[in-house]
Amino acid sequence: MILHNVSLDVHHGEILALIGRNGAGKTTLLKALLGRIPYTGSVVFSNAQGEKIEKPRIGYVPQNLVFDRSTPVTVGDLLCANMGGFPVWLGHKKEQISRAERLLAQVGGGPSLLKKRIGSLSGGELQRVLLVFALEPKPDLLLLDEPVSAVDRRGIGAFYDLVTSMRAEHQMPIILVSHDLNHVEKYATRAALLDGTIVVSGTVNEVMKTPEVREAFGLKLTGGVRK
Amino acid sequence: MSVIYSLIDLLLPFEWTEFSYMKNALLAVLLITPLFGLVGVMIVNNKMSFFSDALGHSALTGIAIGVLMGVDNYLVSMMGFSLLFALCISAVMDSETSSSDTIIGVFSSTGLALGIVLLSASGGFAKYSGYLIGDILTVQPEEIRMLALILAAVVLLWGFFFNKLMLVSLNTDLAASKGIRVRLVEKFFVILVAVIVTVSIKWVGVLIINSLLVLPAASARNLAKSMRSYHFTAIGISLFSGVSGLIISYYAGTAAGGTIVLVAAVIFFITYFLNQARAKS
Repeated sequence: MILHNVSLDVHHGEILALIGRNGAGKTTLLKALLGRIPYTGSVVFSNAQGEKIEKPRIGYVPQNLVFDRSTPVTVGDLLCANMGGFPVWLGHKKEQISRAERLLAQVGGGPSLLKKRIGSLSGGELQRVLLVFALEPKPDLLLLDEPVSAVDRRGIGAFYDLVTSMRAEHQMPIILVSHDLNHVEKYATRAALLDGTIVVSGTVNEVMKTPEVREAFGLKLTGGVRK
Repeated sequence: MSVIYSLIDLLLPFEWTEFSYMKNALLAVLLITPLFGLVGVMIVNNKMSFFSDALGHSALTGIAIGVLMGVDNYLVSMMGFSLLFALCISAVMDSETSSSDTIIGVFSSTGLALGIVLLSASGGFAKYSGYLIGDILTVQPEEIRMLALILAAVVLLWGFFFNKLMLVSLNTDLAASKGIRVRLVEKFFVILVAVIVTVSIKWVGVLIINSLLVLPAASARNLAKSMRSYHFTAIGISLFSGVSGLIISYYAGTAAGGTIVLVAAVIFFITYFLNQARAKS
């Protein structure tokens, strides 16, 4: 998918929902932000004080992590590899383990999770581990690409509650790609409809009422209530 | 080296250690097998076993180019061609125009065929065919020192770069999100494998070098519960296969390289069935 004239601002402490039909370029845009796809133009990052950040830290929770499920990488290996220079093939330092346990506790995970192979985790467990991975160290921008697509209904609420509390606590800008407009309405602060370019953007309420969104998602408006 | 030889005499007072070529072979095995165990874990993890096989095949072409150019030390021509070959395969794979196994298959067969044609044209095929099976018993003391340096360098590099290698191996987007330069890390690993394959090919042989890289790691993967256990089990299996294969080959009068591979293969099947049994229980 090739994107044109994409101009977006994401502010500190807000969750910007990127919505659009399949193939509209949502994941492509995230991959460009990750530096995985070449692009022209510029992406400018600044901190909460407005100072420019040359090398921003980006947290990324993918839609469905594609990896070899038989890999012997444990949750502890994954989180400790992200914490510093000590090579995980030699084991983990005590302080790394303690930190990983504290981080996992924030997402409702117990210490026993550290010894589990990531290939053996449930969808919900894996997404929570990936969120911990994305949040360490604290990112300048958090990208969530359909983060709950493999999570059961109970886990979805817990996941978004966690994201919302992280946003409130750290005031980090978050871009959320989601198909589910209910999630967008409930958790996002702003929204943008993408279809090769930014079609409309604004507050969630404003965007949801636009004919472009209604057309893209096949919605009807009756008395202001989306059906 | 005389101190080490005396130490071997003291610790291993057996018939097979009475000969200096066996002492040298033992030392070479003690250095090469941990090296292969270490690098093999990421070759298996990255599903690159065909790639390392292709690199082994390219060594023959490197020798042929050395012969044609009148190079005295074939290691130079082998290394040069192997690095070029590895980077070419990697670049074509990056372009994602064909599946990776097809690309590697094409390069592998082309490299081998080119080596055979060039060597036969220069009339030296029979002279260099020994590289096909290798001979660990021909290793010289100065080569053992070089192997020790390479092992030390690889362990050091593994210490510095392993976490990045592991994250890239797991998922490239996830690794990129942490600021890791994915392509650079991938190229680094490709070059590392090319160097290790090239320097070892003389003693291990084109035909079996890949088995020694892949079998210990594949066996360890059947048992491993973490990256740490994966590494140490692979190194342990590699060392055990190497030393026991060398001793068996001495008493059985068989080729050392092939015997070592057979021991490693037996261990693989044992771990495979253990893993199957564990999965069922």
